[in-house]
Amino acid sequence: MAGKSGREIIAEQPFSWKHLLLRWESMLILLLVVVNIMNIAISDKYWSVTGLFRATNSFLNIAFMVLPMCFVLVLGDIDISVGSILAFSATMLGVTYNAGAPMIVAVLVALLTGTVCGCINGVIATQFTELNPMIITFGTQVVYRGLCEIILGDQSTGGLNNVMWFSNLYWGKFGGVVPYMFIVFVLCAIVFGIVQHKTTFGRRMYAIGANREAARYSGINVQGTRFVVYVITGLFAGVAAIFTAASMGSINNAVGKGTEMDAIGICVLGGILTDGGKGNFIGAMISVFLLGLLEYGLGLVNVSSNVMLVIKGALLVISVMIPNLKINVKKKKIA
Amino acid sequence: MASEYVLELKEITKIFPGVKALDKVSFQLKAGEIHALMGENGAGKSTFIKVITGVHKADGGEMYLNGEKVDFKGPNDSQAAGIAAIYQHVTAYPHLSVAENIFMGHEKVKHGMIQWKEMYAEADKLLAQLNADFKSTAEMGTLSVAQQQMVEIAKALSSNAKIIIMDEPTASLTKNESENLYRIAEKLRDEGASIIFISHRFEDMYRLATRVTVFRDSKYVGTYDVDKISNADLITAMVGREIKDMFPKPEIQLGEEVLRVENLSREGFFKDVSFSVRKGEILGLTGLVGARRTEVIQTIYGVEKLDSGKIFLDGKEVKIKNPRDAIKNGIGLLTEDRSNLGLILDWGIGRNITLTEIEKYGNKVFTNDKAERAAAKQLAEEVDTKAVSIFDKVSTLSGGNQQKVAVSKILASDLKVLIMDEPTKGIDVGAKAEIYDIMGQLAQRGYAIIMISSEMPEVLNMSDRIIVMCEGKITGELSREEATQEGILKYAMAKSLKNTAEN
Repeated sequence: MAGKSGREIIAEQPFSWKHLLLRWESMLILLLVVVNIMNIAISDKYWSVTGLFRATNSFLNIAFMVLPMCFVLVLGDIDISVGSILAFSATMLGVTYNAGAPMIVAVLVALLTGTVCGCINGVIATQFTELNPMIITFGTQVVYRGLCEIILGDQSTGGLNNVMWFSNLYWGKFGGVVPYMFIVFVLCAIVFGIVQHKTTFGRRMYAIGANREAARYSGINVQGTRFVVYVITGLFAGVAAIFTAASMGSINNAVGKGTEMDAIGICVLGGILTDGGKGNFIGAMISVFLLGLLEYGLGLVNVSSNVMLVIKGALLVISVMIPNLKINVKKKKIA
Repeated sequence: MASEYVLELKEITKIFPGVKALDKVSFQLKAGEIHALMGENGAGKSTFIKVITGVHKADGGEMYLNGEKVDFKGPNDSQAAGIAAIYQHVTAYPHLSVAENIFMGHEKVKHGMIQWKEMYAEADKLLAQLNADFKSTAEMGTLSVAQQQMVEIAKALSSNAKIIIMDEPTASLTKNESENLYRIAEKLRDEGASIIFISHRFEDMYRLATRVTVFRDSKYVGTYDVDKISNADLITAMVGREIKDMFPKPEIQLGEEVLRVENLSREGFFKDVSFSVRKGEILGLTGLVGARRTEVIQTIYGVEKLDSGKIFLDGKEVKIKNPRDAIKNGIGLLTEDRSNLGLILDWGIGRNITLTEIEKYGNKVFTNDKAERAAAKQLAEEVDTKAVSIFDKVSTLSGGNQQKVAVSKILASDLKVLIMDEPTKGIDVGAKAEIYDIMGQLAQRGYAIIMISSEMPEVLNMSDRIIVMCEGKITGELSREEATQEGILKYAMAKSLKNTAEN
């Protein structure tokens, strides 16, 4: 059956510089450059290999949670329990180690804890689809954090850095230059990026986020996909917990507080909006470095953490406003 | 200066980014007439209505109300001037009462307090005028579409509208409900209101209107007296070309039975539904709204669960738990609601077409963009989709072309059975003929097609066999030769007829 009119439909996307430059990611790169110039002006030690890696190490442990958060938001879901999963996983790690288990066992316990927490979120979110995931993970957030507080009280569980290889996960450097954590992060990011943009799983995530019902009618296993993503999110909160524990050497019940908002904020600034089905992975990755380096630079000039919050928040609000401003300007021009 | 026309628009032009939505369009509405406005999707009817109601500001042209020039700054101005619009999709507050919906924006207030009693009484009075079968205290969300429309009409009356615009009011109504709407429209006209009636249905126009204005491609084509223009001429005016054969149903030698369902039941929805469909056959499944046709095919497609009953494909029983199982077994569904269930409007045409079968073009893990693009191009061209590139967003296409994309999408899968739920809903007449043509070709290619439809001409002309449902049961089966509109209606209302007889 051939089309009657013989009309041809173009199947290649034409390349356009204008299109490329107007992309949100181009804007983020520009901002990243600005932040770097600012940091160079602040510190003369910043613009060197050691200086830059010192800077990236200050935030990449938390950035492990950004990777799966991209998936969560693309699905149109949200998970605000990751900060608490991090805390609970780190607590289990510390407690297991201090109970006399070998460190490798403690690390596996942390990963298992994260995975189980993710499973719980996933089961609730997929079995009770009428519940808003924001509310579900708000609830589990309180539960996971509460468990930390029950286990630790106001004590902390320390001595973790007595194990050299564990401490090196955060502090160690490959060839004395590149931090191991940086390498692990880059490898993970490549895998996550490929999954999001080059696999059937990724395409299905975008379909679910764009229109969940249409995705279901297209034969996509919507709840299965959501479940897997929640589990991965829990697992990577566990990964973040390991690196965070390695950096601090001891864990108290306040660890990772507010990091869920950092992770979500980074994604949104990167263009992966909470509506679902939007944005791309590269944007989120640029945004990891943009916000991380900004915070690092402001830290160098002793900007207090409260002021930092205001700056981050304002940046986020402005960034989500800009695309809408663009549309308004276009409308005005025509009118 | 008094004028013969209550509303007159001269050379209205409206420009949207990159498109002229209205190009020097003129329109005249006489006092106390029902004036049909017709044209294909994208002809500019909706934009035109929005200019009248002040939602859009015209970029050129003049508008006269009772001979006086007016310039509406917004919808409030037009409301104050006595113009009310009832839109195709009811824009109501589902959790509020009917009375609250009617008086939304102009509540009865005394000393800053809402006068509930007065409002309910007034609302009930308005509803009584419309012969409504529900109370003003009912919650809006619990009403049927037809009833909600009545509320919208009551709302128009409550603001003393003299000019009432109805935008495709019959699109989602059954025959009986449409009949009731006709009566209401006539009553309003007799009471002195002037009505602009937009519809795709020719029967609406013939039944109600005295004059009809046709738009095509954002331009004014002409205004005709309804009793002086033939159907064919009107279609030509709308489409710009002649449609020779509206229903090109090919003669096909039917093959063996492909799908058979036995005693399908779902508690509270339908009971003991059995039918079969053969290779190359188009099986019409019809009935009034509430006959549960869509629910039946949703369970066959695995969207909803079945309580009991069996589904056989090529003689073998299959279990279908979700749409994936259905597609794997060769059953595809073209949904009734293409913009919410069928397609992802935000996505390009290509991605939509290949979504169901991404694994076929790549492998289990990775996608293959190049193969997908080639396949999407071929499938979209096969059904003659009017689009520039496969990257065009589906939301930018007209209803008819969106439907073609939806058809290409189900053709991407290897199917044996195509279920088409209201395949021409909300599509203009030119595109309808094309969809029928495609259906005929698909039957010729050996698909077994189940077509669910409420449109009589479509059911009568496209089906090889017709099954009629009423309130969750199959009440009759007719062959193509013996089927008539009356015959179908008799079965479609079998239950209610029986009930009346018993009383």
